[in-house]
Amino acid sequence: MAGVAGGNDFQWCFSQVKGAIDEDVAEADIISTVEFNYSGDLLATGDKGGRVVIFQHEQESKNRPHLRGEYNVYSTFQSHEPEFDYLKSLEIEEKINKIRWLPQQNAAHFLLSTNDKTIKLWKISERDKRAEGYNLKDEDGRIRDPYRITSLRVPVLMPMDLMVEASPRRIFANAHTYHINSISVNSDHETYLSADDLRINLWHLEITDRSFNIVDIKPANMEELTEVITAAECHPHQCNVFVYSSSKGTIRLCDMRAAALCDRHSKFFEEPEDPSSRSFFSEIISSISDVKFSHSGRYMMTRDYLSVKVWDLNMENRPVETYQVHEYLRSKLCSLYENDCIFDKFECCWNGSDSAIMTGSYNNFFRMFDRNTRRDITLEASRESSKPRATLKPRKVSTGGKRKKDEISVDSLDFNKKILHTAWHPKDNVIAVAATNNLYIFQDKIN
Amino acid sequence: MFPKGTKRKFSDAGEEAVGGGGGDQGPSAASSSSSSAAAARQSLLDMSLIKLQLCHMLVEPNLCRSVLIANTVRQIQEEMTQDGTWQIMTQALAAAQCPADRLVATEVLCRQTDPAAQAGQSPKPFSEAEQDHLRADSRTGEQVFGTFEIKHPAPPPDPALDELFSDVDPSYYDLDTVLTGMQSAPKMGPYDLLESLSSHGPTALSSSSSCRSDLNELDHIMEIIVGS
Repeated sequence: MAGVAGGNDFQWCFSQVKGAIDEDVAEADIISTVEFNYSGDLLATGDKGGRVVIFQHEQESKNRPHLRGEYNVYSTFQSHEPEFDYLKSLEIEEKINKIRWLPQQNAAHFLLSTNDKTIKLWKISERDKRAEGYNLKDEDGRIRDPYRITSLRVPVLMPMDLMVEASPRRIFANAHTYHINSISVNSDHETYLSADDLRINLWHLEITDRSFNIVDIKPANMEELTEVITAAECHPHQCNVFVYSSSKGTIRLCDMRAAALCDRHSKFFEEPEDPSSRSFFSEIISSISDVKFSHSGRYMMTRDYLSVKVWDLNMENRPVETYQVHEYLRSKLCSLYENDCIFDKFECCWNGSDSAIMTGSYNNFFRMFDRNTRRDITLEASRESSKPRATLKPRKVSTGGKRKKDEISVDSLDFNKKILHTAWHPKDNVIAVAATNNLYIFQDKIN
Repeated sequence: MFPKGTKRKFSDAGEEAVGGGGGDQGPSAASSSSSSAAAARQSLLDMSLIKLQLCHMLVEPNLCRSVLIANTVRQIQEEMTQDGTWQIMTQALAAAQCPADRLVATEVLCRQTDPAAQAGQSPKPFSEAEQDHLRADSRTGEQVFGTFEIKHPAPPPDPALDELFSDVDPSYYDLDTVLTGMQSAPKMGPYDLLESLSSHGPTALSSSSSCRSDLNELDHIMEIIVGS
């Protein structure tokens, strides 16, 4: 995989970058979620301003078949607006926390997008024909004088410029007291779950005025609160199974057949703490920021502050694989706590075949790990290495005293340039990396 | 804050102590490292308390972050209780009863009574900024929390009103009472937060419950006005 020494290794090349080049980044333009659809044909991004932008993969041109097609803007719409909760005198942010696509069932595309409080189901449909030749009105839409109508004609469908319309089909509101951090579509394609800090709800896609609460970890006395839900996901094949992760570094797998309220887990995943590396920050860095099932459904991956762990669902007492993302930050935890970076929530993703995983880091670096060869690579999303089809150069952070040429020292890392959101095409080796307000798309060179 | 990775000399020394390096050191090294560890631990405690107080002045606190910081504070408190420094600090707090500049006074007292801190480096540049921040923030805290105070006493229970509000979900207001004691006393400094977080802080709890009912009442009134 990873573009290290030759052979059959893939080489990641720059393909496209979307977004403004300005140094001054508008807060609303910061990308907050990235997601490919099931076929990989569509790529959706959500931003802090509540907008959703969908890119579509164009077919390769016949003239230059060695180039993969590009992703171009397909649809842009305002998904969520800022709201005001009058009861609590609090503003509800319009930032899109997550987008999840529904599997395609007809010509239209459906996706779920959520902010802190409300989930919306959007239908994105194409219109490339319009009817012409109405009897009762002109082409301009003016009503025709009935006395002038002397013959009847059948309206015909004429081609028109492609128009992509996005319309909200369902709004799932008022079910979450706390901030929604995850949504996940179930494999039955009829239900989905939404999780906030303390509760998880199960919805039916057709029903907006009711949802079932399936997990509730809110203590009777809020003073006793020591743990929150950080992420949740449905199993890709078993529609009765889901997992949720916590701020204490644990994952619970629940079976909805066991009880209506899944407060008692079926499986409990936790790695025993290494007593030699215990510090005041141990709990914070163990907090899981993302959990993702593998496509096979056999494994799941969790991301905590410094590492990514792969778990076998059949083994609860420890992960089967652990990958260090940026271990050089372990000695800087106090500073990272002071500037709040230690609370950054990084996501992680699998490739289509589950042989590789990817996650982001600081300084616009992102990391990829090949599970078979155990090789890893650090790449950078930057305008400097953004020449068409330019191969990305592996980056390295120097940890020791001596900094080699081309290496960057830990103290020179830009902690404002964080890659929190990445996505891997479900079938091909195409990745989308969100770097603040820019979306980078990289592809492997070999087709 | 940490824009381009500027090197911070002091924090590196504090890093190893607080970050739990866990290496073997000789006896003389051990004593000096333990004093710097105590100073680092104190600065971590101060930092955490400021963060907790600040995050309750934000529009809507990030619950995950609040919980993680509160757990860190509890951990520090446990460790300080075990080695006796906690008792010294609470005694100093009790001794210094001045309300407005309580924080500044306790900072000074803690530094003076803790010989370990004297021996090691005291994080001066950090605490000065802290104190300024704190004084400014405790004032805005009063402004924010002041609006929640209800001056008149609660009216006698009205069965009609009770029925009207019977289906109001009380859990709706619970977000405001995370880490009880946050909104109870506007003049409360960060060390009061410690009182409420630990199991031995009965006074903070009772004052918060009365404030909680005040808050509920305000919300009830708001609901009538909004007509929801």
